[in-house]
Amino acid sequence: MKSLHARHDPLADTGFQLRVLTQAEAEGARLVPFAQRLRESGLLPLRPTTLQTMQLNVGKMCNQTCRHCHVDAGPDRTEIMTRQTMQLCLDALARTDIEVVDLTGGAPEMNPDFRWLVEQISALGRQIIVRCNLTIIVANPKYHDLPEFFARHGVRVVSSLPHFSAARTDAQRGEGVFERSIRALRMLNAVGYGVEGSGRMLDLVYNPSGAFMPGSQAALERDFKQRLAREHGIVFNSLLTITNLPISRFLEYLLESGNYESYMQKLVDAYNPVAAANVMCRSTLSIGWDGQLYDCDFNQQLDLPVAAPAPQHIRDFSEAALSARAIVIGQHCYGCTAGAGSSCGGATVNE
Amino acid sequence: MEKATYYNPADLAKFGNITEWQSEMGNKFFAYYAEVFKDGALTEREKSLIALAVAHAVQCPYCIDAYTTDSLQKGADEAQMMEAVHVAAAIKGGAALVHGVQMMNKAKELAM
Repeated sequence: MKSLHARHDPLADTGFQLRVLTQAEAEGARLVPFAQRLRESGLLPLRPTTLQTMQLNVGKMCNQTCRHCHVDAGPDRTEIMTRQTMQLCLDALARTDIEVVDLTGGAPEMNPDFRWLVEQISALGRQIIVRCNLTIIVANPKYHDLPEFFARHGVRVVSSLPHFSAARTDAQRGEGVFERSIRALRMLNAVGYGVEGSGRMLDLVYNPSGAFMPGSQAALERDFKQRLAREHGIVFNSLLTITNLPISRFLEYLLESGNYESYMQKLVDAYNPVAAANVMCRSTLSIGWDGQLYDCDFNQQLDLPVAAPAPQHIRDFSEAALSARAIVIGQHCYGCTAGAGSSCGGATVNE
Repeated sequence: MEKATYYNPADLAKFGNITEWQSEMGNKFFAYYAEVFKDGALTEREKSLIALAVAHAVQCPYCIDAYTTDSLQKGADEAQMMEAVHVAAAIKGGAALVHGVQMMNKAKELAM
């Protein structure tokens, strides 16, 4: 499968995506505008809390083309963060107390300066998260030592595995992905990742493989741990459940399968004001491959930069100016505020 | 206009409205219902699969829609869901067949 971008699909135009998302609103407000729900919850305008996480999207290049990918990443995407932009991020990071740097993509490891970046962040003493798609570890011999490299720099590995069954995983992420993911998990386990007491953290990410919301994070974690241990001898630390947001290739799936309206209604009906108060954009700054600043990775993929007068590019980074901004919201934000909430760290509301 | 079927999928979302005409009993039913499906000696996922099987046994299209979605949400896969349907089929089939013993008893009683 090619990316929307390579197929010249209308959905590759983020303006088109935003029109789809706001259409129901325009046609008589059948779906309540998200801003209205936030206002009712006393959260409008949505303001940042303390900046805890800098999330760097180091490129859209990926060895996989998952059907739900909100980045529209794939082997045909060439956008990649340069070392110069990385240096700007590091300079900004050094001037702050930001605790966590969250590296994402695409497959972040495919950026030629990825290892250099990890070494630099590690030298600054910040916690590093790498959002590893697992299969990259076994995709090419040059990546086989990634588990050791991660371990050397104290990286917390967060990896997508949609399901403990091969069929459900492959349906979302491509034929053979489950088997390759299991091989990669074994390599991570072999250097201590996910093993209790090792201090090497391996979390798995569960995205529903279809037009439904994630169930209880605790219950799914229990099932995943039991099945992966029993059937594959694999261990991990935590399972993070993430709701699929109705953008990019998941939006394509929703529209093509006829599930768009019912899925949106499901999200709207499940709006949770407690989850809305805990959204990750309040404590995260998202930086695009070209250094542009966004409130979250989803806004980034919809070309919705941080609101002016906050700085728009990492070269102009100012924590004070950014902390005064109003976070940009839209109908897609229902995805992060439904049910137990959804963030890059999983559910945001305790069950 | 005449409906094509007695069942309308949109009616599932109106299930809660049954409390309008008998709120006390309706509310008690929903409170009980919520309690039944909580994690207990059985997990929520196991209860959802039981509900899916029962939905097929009682042939309730609303319940089949609801518990297919719910089973997926709770992490069940297609193999588990189809096995649940087979459990329902086995019990329904078995229930019909076991009455064959009654038929045989009666036939033996009547026949020479």
